[in-house]
Order: sequence, then structure tokens, then C-alpha cells
Amino acid sequence: MSSFSASLDAVFRNESGRILASLIRYSGSFDLAEEALQDACEIAARTWPSSGVPGNPGAWLTAAARRRLIDAIRRDRLHREKGAELLATTPTEFEMPDPEVIELPDDRLRLIFTCCHPALNPEAQLALTLRTLGGLTTDEIARAFLIPEATLAQRLVRAKTKIRQAGIPYEVPSRDSIAERSEAVRAVIYLIFNEGYAATFAPSLVRADLCAEAIRLARVLCELLPVDPENRGLLALMLLQDSRRAARTDNDGNLVTLDEQDRAKWNPAKIIEALALLMRSAPAYGRYTLEARIAAEHARSAGTGETDWAEIARLYSDLCLFCKTPVVELNRAVAVAMSEGFEMGLAVMDQIPGLESFHLFHAARADLLRRLGRSQAALAGYSRALELVTNPVERAYLQRRIAALDSAGRVPPLP
Amino acid sequence: MSPNRRTSESGQPAPNIDNLKEPAMQYLLAIYTQESAAAQATPEDMKAMMGAYYAFTMEIKEKGVYLGGNALQPTTTATTVRVREGNTITTDGPFAETREQLGGYYLVNCENLDEAIAYAAKIPGAAFGSIEIRPVWAM
Repeated sequence: MSSFSASLDAVFRNESGRILASLIRYSGSFDLAEEALQDACEIAARTWPSSGVPGNPGAWLTAAARRRLIDAIRRDRLHREKGAELLATTPTEFEMPDPEVIELPDDRLRLIFTCCHPALNPEAQLALTLRTLGGLTTDEIARAFLIPEATLAQRLVRAKTKIRQAGIPYEVPSRDSIAERSEAVRAVIYLIFNEGYAATFAPSLVRADLCAEAIRLARVLCELLPVDPENRGLLALMLLQDSRRAARTDNDGNLVTLDEQDRAKWNPAKIIEALALLMRSAPAYGRYTLEARIAAEHARSAGTGETDWAEIARLYSDLCLFCKTPVVELNRAVAVAMSEGFEMGLAVMDQIPGLESFHLFHAARADLLRRLGRSQAALAGYSRALELVTNPVERAYLQRRIAALDSAGRVPPLP
Repeated sequence: MSPNRRTSESGQPAPNIDNLKEPAMQYLLAIYTQESAAAQATPEDMKAMMGAYYAFTMEIKEKGVYLGGNALQPTTTATTVRVREGNTITTDGPFAETREQLGGYYLVNCENLDEAIAYAAKIPGAAFGSIEIRPVWAM
């Protein structure tokens, strides 16, 4: 990829969600909006190399996409009425608005409530949000869900068809249904965050733009629904995870695990903001609030040795009441290992079903075996994790663990 | 072949034209409930249910949402017809045996799916049965 197309790609990543949201409101059609944006990106790829990247590329793309949208609506007889309405408010002779002054209305919250509408199935909600708001390609989403790209593409087509034919509105829901509707939105925002935090195939472990995007959306949700403590729980959780971003990889881009992180590199502003959010929602328990409290225990502690692992194990037990998933149980097992001993943690871990193809299960298990001095079993575990891992940074981490075990294995055992 | 069309077109009260909103979308709200439960209801229960449906129907007529609606006779009265290779095959009973049966419907005029969901939730049968919302194919 040339540096130019890389920069176009970066602009697209950053701006596509906002641009699409505004184009959908403008046209009332996901498909027309997506086509217009794609056309605009193609024009940019053709003209920017000679004209230079505009000062405000997002505004430039919005203006160009709107122009394409109007052309498309003109051609589309099915949208004759809508086109007439648009044409009445748009000069026929298209002039590129000054990209420095063009106003970009933020329609993303509207878009996310439409994408997360309960009349769409959960898979469709996630796919649609990542595609439109996250600006991920169908290929990236398909890989994240471990399904063929054609299946994902079909899922998106079906979702957009249902939005159109069933009349799913493009608006923020009314006060009386917003509480239940926002639960689905939280799930999707957190997924966007995780996509940014540990992008499955991204060359670097963290895609900060997606993390920032998820945090921004969560802030808007908190503003809109301050009575729902889970919105603050979600925001606090993401802030705490994001606060460790600089410590999560070393200068060479290698993964640094929590116990080895330089805590001086943690972002104190984000931690303070998150702890303040959690103090405000003390009595209310929910999935995100509990996960945030677990992260807060780490944030408060000066090091792994001083962490209150018993409290963390208890919080994970509470979390199991809300969402008893194998991954939550795996994390509880790690906390048990740290508070009650590695053998006990291993015993808890081995009783969790459904993690055979999850690389972190094998890595966590190998970690306990390594600490117990069972090098051969640890090696087998890391090797299995290595077969399953897809993120190159995590792969490199596992390879280092294996290398360390190999060299340790040559050291004669203590008498 | 004489398909039974009694329930689909005859007997629909005329919509309240004066209150009818701008045409937006039409939805069929199909009401599925357990007939066996209705058969066991006391006369008082039946009266209360009729009253609740009457109140709901009046409400959506006043708001200009109502386009039509009917209660249906139970599936014991249903006849299913299929034409295969030119032969009309008539059988007793509904098209499919389900836990809940189609017992009535409303045809409504709504701005969007959220509005249709809000009205569907107010149908008395939603409290114990299920309402299937189907957008009408716009011709």
C-alpha cells in the first residue's frame, strides 16, 4: 500500500461513520449512502494525488458524497419524490462548499439506535454497526466473527432490506423505550471498543481510533441517559482499559501483559475520570459496572503483588450472575489462582467447558502451568494457543513465552 | 373452488377518513393467542376482554391509525385449500399447527416500525399471546 492510499484509508476510517450517518439521514437509504461515499472515496483516490489532500478531508468527502447522492437519487425513479425534495434545497449547479466551514451534523447516535434496533437479529446489529459506524470492511468484520465474507455480506444486505421494508425508523427512540434499547447499544459500543483494542488482524494491537470512537459514543449515551448507571459503567470500563494503552505494548510493538506493565505509563486522567464515574453509580450493579470495578481494582493497585485478587474473584462471581460465559469464568479462575494458589486456579479452569478453540484459554492455562514449574505441559499449552491465535502481536508474545520456556528447560533443576 | 374470503374483506368498519394521517406505512398486526385458554375463559373474563379490545379499537380510530381489523372464528372452523397439478385439495383445519393460533388482526397506518410496535404492545392479546407485525407490501 502506498503512503498516499494509506492516508486515504486513515481518513476513511476516521470519517466514514460520521459521513455515512449524515448521508443516510439525507437520503433515507443505507445503500445509496454507502454507494455515494464509496464513489466519493474513488474520486478522492483519483484527484488527491495531484491536487493534494484537502485541509479538512472529512468535509471534502462529505461534500463529494452528497453530490454523488443527489445524482444517484435523480437517476433512481423509486426515489423521485425524495429527489425533488432534495433538489429543491440544493443548488443544481454543484459547487464544492468550503470544506473548512462545512458543518458536519452528528447523526451517529441516530444511526447506532437504528443499527441496534431489536427488530434486527443481534448478528445483524453488530455487523451493521461495525460496517457503518466503525467503517470496517466486510472482510474485517467477517474475520472478527469467524464467518465467510459472503455470509457477512448477505447478513448486511438482509439487515438493510429489513430496515427499509419494515420501516425501522432512523431516529433516537422515545423516552419510554430508550432504557431497553440502550442495552443493545451498549453491547455494540463495547464490541467496537474491543475491535479497536485488540483488532483481530490489525498490524498493531490497538486501533486507537476505534477505541476513541467507542468512548465518544458512550459519552453521548451518558449525556442522553444519565439515569442509567450502566452507561457510566460502560464508559468507566472502556476508560480504564484505554488508560493502559501505552503500557500494553513496548517500543517494538510487543505485547506486555498486565503483571509486567509499567504502571507509570497508565493514563492517570482516564483512571481518575473512570473512578469518579464509578463512585457516582455505587449501588447499581450491572454487567459493565462490575467489569469496570474489576478494572478499577487493577487501576488502584501499585502492582500485581498488591492487587486485591480475592475481591476481584468475588466481583467475577457476581459478574457470572449477569453473564455466565466461559470467558468470564476463565477470568475468575485466573483471579482464584492469584488469591488461592495456582493449583486451585488450574482446577477451576479445567472445569470450564467450551473454551477448547479459544487461544487465551490455552495461554492462561499454560501460564499457570509455567508458574507451577510444569514446563512440558506449559509448552504444550502455549503451542496450542499459538495455533489458534490470529493477532500478530499476541502471536509474538506466545512465541517469546515458548522461547523463554525452551531456554529455561535447559537449566538443570535445582538440587 | 370457492375460497372462503369472509374474514378478509367483508365486515371491516370504514376507517375514520377525517382523522387519517398522511400515508406512511401500513402494518398488519396479527394477533396470536392460545385458543384453548380462550375456550376456558369465564363469561366475565370474555366481557372484560371484549371491553379492552373495544377501548383499544376506539383509541386507534381516534388517532387515525386504524385501517381495519377483525376477530376470527377459532381454527376449528378453518379450511385450508391447495391447488396441485390442477386439483383442488381441501382439508379441514389451519395451514399449520402452532402453539398459538391466529385469532384476529388489525391493519394500521403508522409512521414507522417503532410506532407499530408501540400500538402492538397495547393490543390486549399482547399481554398473554404474541403480536406479529408485518409491513404491507407497498404497491
